[in-house]
This record gives sequence, C-alpha cells and structure tokens, in this order.
Amino acid sequence: MAAGNTYEAIATNTTTALAASVTFSSIPGTYTDLVLVCEGIGTGDAYPYIQFNGDTGTNYSSTQIYGDGATATTSRRTNDSKIDAVIWRTTGRNNIIANVMNYSNSTTFKTFLMHGNNSSQYVQTTAGLWRNTAAITSLTVFAQYVNFAVGCNFSLYGIKAA
Amino acid sequence: MSPVYKFSTAGSFATSRTLYKSALAGNAVFVPNYTVGAYDSIATSTISSTTATVTFSSIPATYKHLQLRMSTRTDFASATPIDVYLEINGDTSYTGYRNRRLKGDGSSATSSSSASYDIHKITPAASSTASAFSGIVVDLLDYANTNKNKTVRYLGGADLNGSGNIVFGSILWPFTTAVTQIKLSADGSFVAGSKIALYGIKGD
Repeated sequence: MAAGNTYEAIATNTTTALAASVTFSSIPGTYTDLVLVCEGIGTGDAYPYIQFNGDTGTNYSSTQIYGDGATATTSRRTNDSKIDAVIWRTTGRNNIIANVMNYSNSTTFKTFLMHGNNSSQYVQTTAGLWRNTAAITSLTVFAQYVNFAVGCNFSLYGIKAA
Repeated sequence: MSPVYKFSTAGSFATSRTLYKSALAGNAVFVPNYTVGAYDSIATSTISSTTATVTFSSIPATYKHLQLRMSTRTDFASATPIDVYLEINGDTSYTGYRNRRLKGDGSSATSSSSASYDIHKITPAASSTASAFSGIVVDLLDYANTNKNKTVRYLGGADLNGSGNIVFGSILWPFTTAVTQIKLSADGSFVAGSKIALYGIKGD
C-alpha cells in the first residue's frame, strides 16, 4: 500500500547576493534519502565542493567518470577533505544533482551519487563516501576560489520510505 | 471510521449536529482541493539481518514509472564491488535481457555488455572497506504498459577510499508484459544496514 507523497522540498535558497557557500542546516532525520539540486554560475570559474556536518577532515573519498565530448575519463580522490563536483564555467549555466543515501542512520558510512554538467566542457558522475557514521544534519556547498552569482538555485529534497 | 459531523447553523456542537452522510443527501459531493503526491513510497525493505533476496510483488499498475533506491552491502567474499541482480517478473533467462553499462574505477573508463540482469559491479562485499554501502538509483520506465518492451536505467556506485566503481547502465527486458514483480539479490546475502525502497511516480 502506497504511503502517499514521499518526495518533499525541505528548503530552497536562491542567492540574492554573491555567496561563497550555501548551507542547509538542521536537516531533519525523518527521511531516507536526500536529493540536492543546484543550478547556477560563478563569478568566475567555480570548483564547487560539498562537505557534511562541517567536517573539514580528510574523511571523504570519491570515484568519478566524466566526458568532455571526446574522451571518457575516470579519476579517484582518497582521504580528501571534501567531495568535488563538476567545474562550473562562466560560459553558461551549470548544474549538480546529488543523492545522499540513507543519510540519517547512525551505523553506516554515507554514500552519495552526484551528477553534474557544465555547458561548455564536462558531464560528470561521482560516487562518494563520507567515512563517518553520524547522521547528516547539515550540508554545505562551497563555490571555491570565487562566489556563486546572484540567482543561483540550491534546493534540498527529502524522500521518505514506506 | 469515526462518524464525521456537520455543524448546524444554530446551536452548539453538543446539541446540533448531523451525520455527514445524512448531510450529503440532496447536495453535491464536496471534493476537497488538495495537492496529490506524484512520488509515492510503495514499499521498503530495511534489512536488519542477512537477507538473500528482497522481492517486491503485486506491484500496482497505477503509476507511470517505478524507482528503486538502494543502499546495499553483501557478505560475499570479495573486496571489490560485486553485482546486484534485478530480476523482473521471475525471469531468470540470460537470453532475454540486454545490458549495457559504462564504468569508471578511478583508472579505467570502460563500457561492456551482457545478456543478463545485473547492476554491474556496484555493491560492497565482505572484504570491502568496513561500513561502506552502495548507492544505487534504478528507474523502470513505463513499467505497466503492455505495448512496449521494458527499459531500465540505473546509476550507482560505491567508493571505498582507494577502490570502488561508479557505474551507469541500461537494461532491456524485451517483453511487453507489465512489470508486477521485482526481485533483488546478489552473490552472498545483503547484510544488516542495507535498505531497498520502491517508489511509484505518477503521470498522465
């Protein structure tokens, strides 16, 4: 028996001023998965990355595959302090959609899937790991090197389970 | 169900009330204006002890698409990620399915194919980094349509801080039968902490 609508908007932030980062805090633990949707552009080339619960330690790792229109390439980051997303170029709009799986349990490391593209260079998909069993209660997207421009959209959704 | 009462235009709640079904007599039915969800949770398996298979059966045909969201790990003796099997309507034939995928493992980006129903090299196993689970999102498109073969697409992966895969792929199940059952399994069993959830996406 279906449990009714289970894909809910938790919060949305549309930048009204230049922003070095956008944070979703006090994320309720009442969902099973989170979905983060970002769309925008930087004041220069941005190299967005994500951190959970304010953790700046080397507790992140990721495996990527990306294509530039000519070649498919894969890479890996280990013992990193963040999860890198696709580069945001200034030649057009860019986006990120990330699924954070089973984010509120307190017994497993957290795995997430991130897909992103920019208009002029890359499409990229990433599997990431945050080696921490804590429930995720905050999530920050950093622009890195530059700022997010006015009018960037950041939305966080929660998916409930039956 | 408790009776629903309608207030009278006069008197108090305690003394003047009418059973709702009586109040409807001779009046048009009131249809409340509320938003109906388009993404419903159909069923979830939260695994608390080792489980060999998870089966969703009697899947209603009332949605346009289905989505599976999985966080899995198995007890099979392997350090590298292994397959998760997605079996439709009990079909275990290796001649029916058509499977194409693109995989990155940090050093090589490769594409491969098979006539099988595996979600390819995607879930951590017994010797993988402890406490690491997969993330897998599977879409089954127009699953209830009886005029089309069924297409499945998936995106998933497991990073293990030094190993692991990111994979996306497509599986064709070349039958027009509506999908009413999905069975998930892997070599070995799913371990505690795994979670597999099925959702229905509505459409016109």
